[in-house]
Amino acid sequence: MRKVVITGAGTVNPLGHDVPSTLAAMREGRCAITALEGLQDQDRLAVQIGAQVRGFDPATHIDRQRLPILDRFAQFALVAAREAVAQAGLSFEGTASDRAGVVMGTAGGGNTTVDDNYRSVFAEGKNRVHPFVVPRLMHNAAASHLSMEFGLRGPGLAVSTACASSNHAMGLALHLIRGGAADVILAGGSEAMLSFGGLKAWEGLRVMSRDGCRPFAASRNGLVMGEGGAVFVFEALEHARARGAEPLAEVAGFGMSADAGDIVAPTLDGPVRAMRLALADAGMAAGDVGYVNAHGTGTRANDRTEAQALHTVLGAGAGRVPVSSTKSMHGHLIGGTGAVELLACVMALREGVIAPTVNFDAADPDCPVDAVPNTARDGVEVRAALSNAFAFGGLNAVLALRRL
Amino acid sequence: MEEQDVMTKDPAIAAKVIEIIAEQAMRTPSEVTVEDRLEALGIDSLGVVECIFQIEESFDVTVPFNANNPEESAFDISTVGSVIAEVEKLVAEGRG
Repeated sequence: MRKVVITGAGTVNPLGHDVPSTLAAMREGRCAITALEGLQDQDRLAVQIGAQVRGFDPATHIDRQRLPILDRFAQFALVAAREAVAQAGLSFEGTASDRAGVVMGTAGGGNTTVDDNYRSVFAEGKNRVHPFVVPRLMHNAAASHLSMEFGLRGPGLAVSTACASSNHAMGLALHLIRGGAADVILAGGSEAMLSFGGLKAWEGLRVMSRDGCRPFAASRNGLVMGEGGAVFVFEALEHARARGAEPLAEVAGFGMSADAGDIVAPTLDGPVRAMRLALADAGMAAGDVGYVNAHGTGTRANDRTEAQALHTVLGAGAGRVPVSSTKSMHGHLIGGTGAVELLACVMALREGVIAPTVNFDAADPDCPVDAVPNTARDGVEVRAALSNAFAFGGLNAVLALRRL
Repeated sequence: MEEQDVMTKDPAIAAKVIEIIAEQAMRTPSEVTVEDRLEALGIDSLGVVECIFQIEESFDVTVPFNANNPEESAFDISTVGSVIAEVEKLVAEGRG
């Protein structure tokens, strides 16, 4: 079976507009969740906090002619992808172009565009919308723009599985390269749901915190929304070696499962099977796992169930494995979250630094995990890491990374 | 005392709350009593959230309820009777 490695990474998220600044923020345990600013009709929202991407001026990255076609979620993806491709040192020409593809996750696609244009036609009574509304809002817009930007002429897909979208996208990219459909795939996800309509919809479920994201902590009372995304260059190992590229980590395994249970309430069995399948796919034993980037949303139900699932999978050693939720810092990026969280796994493998779970005020007996409270941990030997994503709708996707 | 309660409280509130809960429980209102626990009526967490939404829409009130920690919310949802009492309070506050 072909081995697959990561040869480039890029991101735009609330912690930073590139990978170095994001990892620096994770090392510092910086929290990007603050009072919301500048949303339309913000005074009508009950939730007033979030993790916004601040200071991101798309006009400095994207020319005037192209910008009107890009929703915010596609802007994040495009800027992140440029960083990833630059790091990988790839150019896609001739046959290389036909052997390269893109798989991007998003839960809501062009939410900002939908929000703005519904306001325009319903609230403001306008009868005409901008001609690019459809190409802006479609879920595959980010994938298509990456394909166009770099000339990726092989497989192109958008994956939408709510909060697991990015992990499913990256897992499918692994499968496509292993299966021989492509040698290189840009994989990840992005989301820009932090708008009036996006937040209002989440308010309805009554699972949002109004005062902060505290995964695994006793005081946790819900999730906090973020925005942004990340893109990775996934590449067949022999392809990377042939051109002398330095792999950042091996994408060793992927496991996915469906709860086939409730539309919002998690089960124990679904996440357990997804983690076990990822380990088996990677040829890893539970004891090999040196870090888990948890789904860790900060809701009562997720964190309790995830902690139980980790104990089931990791067995007696579960309490010794660092398990952090970086959502405590960058919020829940919904369909983009798994991609940003994979950065924490790469950091653990390459630098031996475990990103913390910040805002951790008191342990919860229901969540007996080593959540790496508040302060990053340095000098940790990590050979293998798991990244969990468990979506509403009961769709679970777990990636296993290995140090090279 | 009881008479005074009947006079100050609007029986339509109790009837409407029971109708909303019964609808969620897929029963007729006559099959639901004030002593019933929502759980015992087969209403799960998502069902509770739907009930609360219907209550807010019907009475034009805002219910302080977080599905993460229902027990800590300032709105007692343990029984049909407790929900009615909470809605009566909210309506009274709204009118006050």
